[in-house]
Amino acid sequence: MTDPAPERIWDLHCHLSGETGRTPDEIIAKIIARADRMGIERMAFYMGYPMTANPSPDELRRQNDQIIQALSHWHHRAFGFAYVNPNHVDASIAEIERCIDRGPMVGIKLWVARRCNDAALDPIIKAAHARKAVIFQHTWLKAAGNLPGESSPNDLVELAARHPETPLICGHTGGDWERGIRIVRASPNISIDLAGSDPTAGFVEMAIRELGASRIIYGSDVGGRSFASQLAKVRSARSLSDGDRRLILGGNLRRLLAPIFKAKGMRMDA
Amino acid sequence: MIDVNVSLSHWPFRRLPLDQTQTLVAALKREKIHQAWAGSFDGILHRDVAAVNERLASECKPHDMLVPFGTVNPSLPDWRDDLRRCHEIHKMPGIRLHPNYHSYTLDDPKFAQLLDEAAARAMIVQLAVTMEDERTQHPLVRVPPVDLKPLAALIAGRSKVRIVLLNAMGVLRGAPLKTLLNTGRVWVETATLEAVAGIEHFVANYGAKRLLIGSHAPFFCVGAAQLKLQESILSEQDAASITEGNAQMLLKSP
Ligand SMILES: [Zn+2]
Repeated sequence: MTDPAPERIWDLHCHLSGETGRTPDEIIAKIIARADRMGIERMAFYMGYPMTANPSPDELRRQNDQIIQALSHWHHRAFGFAYVNPNHVDASIAEIERCIDRGPMVGIKLWVARRCNDAALDPIIKAAHARKAVIFQHTWLKAAGNLPGESSPNDLVELAARHPETPLICGHTGGDWERGIRIVRASPNISIDLAGSDPTAGFVEMAIRELGASRIIYGSDVGGRSFASQLAKVRSARSLSDGDRRLILGGNLRRLLAPIFKAKGMRMDA
Repeated sequence: MIDVNVSLSHWPFRRLPLDQTQTLVAALKREKIHQAWAGSFDGILHRDVAAVNERLASECKPHDMLVPFGTVNPSLPDWRDDLRRCHEIHKMPGIRLHPNYHSYTLDDPKFAQLLDEAAARAMIVQLAVTMEDERTQHPLVRVPPVDLKPLAALIAGRSKVRIVLLNAMGVLRGAPLKTLLNTGRVWVETATLEAVAGIEHFVANYGAKRLLIGSHAPFFCVGAAQLKLQESILSEQDAASITEGNAQMLLKSP
């Protein structure tokens, strides 16, 4: 019997939280020790601490520096997305230049400062896309209503329509994934992030049926979540083919990252 | 491994991949679970809970590994007879409560009466604090988590009660959790225990004696419990307590 090829799990969605440490280096080392136990090869980190919903330009720089510091000894295991804020467009583009052009980062993270259907995002999306950076937008569909600046998948669909050639990632699939999947279904440039919701059964099965495996990306939202509960969404999915599982656990993310890794001379091998 | 948080029948708002008893049992066995404490999703919204409990008992019967926990709803007329049937007819070791879906609070005198009568019958009381993330609930059925504030005082005068809080860890932490665990009469389980290495951090903060394995299958993915154990570094002794020993002791000793 031949050994099956390793699964090569890449995690789209990690933060420097859930473990304590005096420095970003101490925190990331503890998180990577957990990832080792779960067989995770590489992880995307973004946003520093404390979690800040509407960061000032200074705070963006400070938090991106925390991530750059955390990554400094772990480039073979982790990579970073620059945290940007559409309420500060110029500062965000300056962070893209600093962290991606002149730094190690390979994507951007948009959180809850301003809804993503807003035209203010357009120059940020263009700047990121020009660099082949991966674009991750948090979304939720909360029964009691979203935060004022918090995007829904509907907002992302509007953004995707204005940038049809730009791949976008729908963070959390809106949380309420039965609606989130339907909302993004007709937008082929949107992929979904499995991270950061309860491990409700049926999520991956519905996503494969409605979107196809190539638009689904495993992520955890560690440290607020566990690797375990989020991996379970994929591991426990019924009738998942070996090929589809590999796409979801890492293949799709590597496909999105390949152009910028190549442009920056970064290696993807294990 | 003993899983204390499983449900049979159908979740009211979605078909689940494992919502047939046969397939659920097979999946639990694949996860090395040899005993599962099973309630019924029907108990959440049905009013004829006597029939719900009868179906639960007969559904469990062919499967040695399934231990039925019937529903008791003290807001229903003559709920005492449901408790009696669970105990005397169905020989269940415990019951499952849904105070939030059944519209009563824990300071309702009926809840105290139910605790006393369950204790008098040496039955375990499972109390489901949540069933799903409040943020994703159906717009017409938005049910907040059970408010546990009155619980510690209720337990103080009742040395025989045994309460297992299900799906509690998303809303219960810190001092209130410590207070409840320190009563020695409250257990929690892992279904909604989150954060990286959640079980290990729980043990560091609260010890290993009050934690049980719960999957909340088939609503949650059945594999999460086993993966959570893998993510945490535990002594052999603590792992044995959490996966087996605590639940066995709870089942044995009133
Ligand atoms: Zn996150």
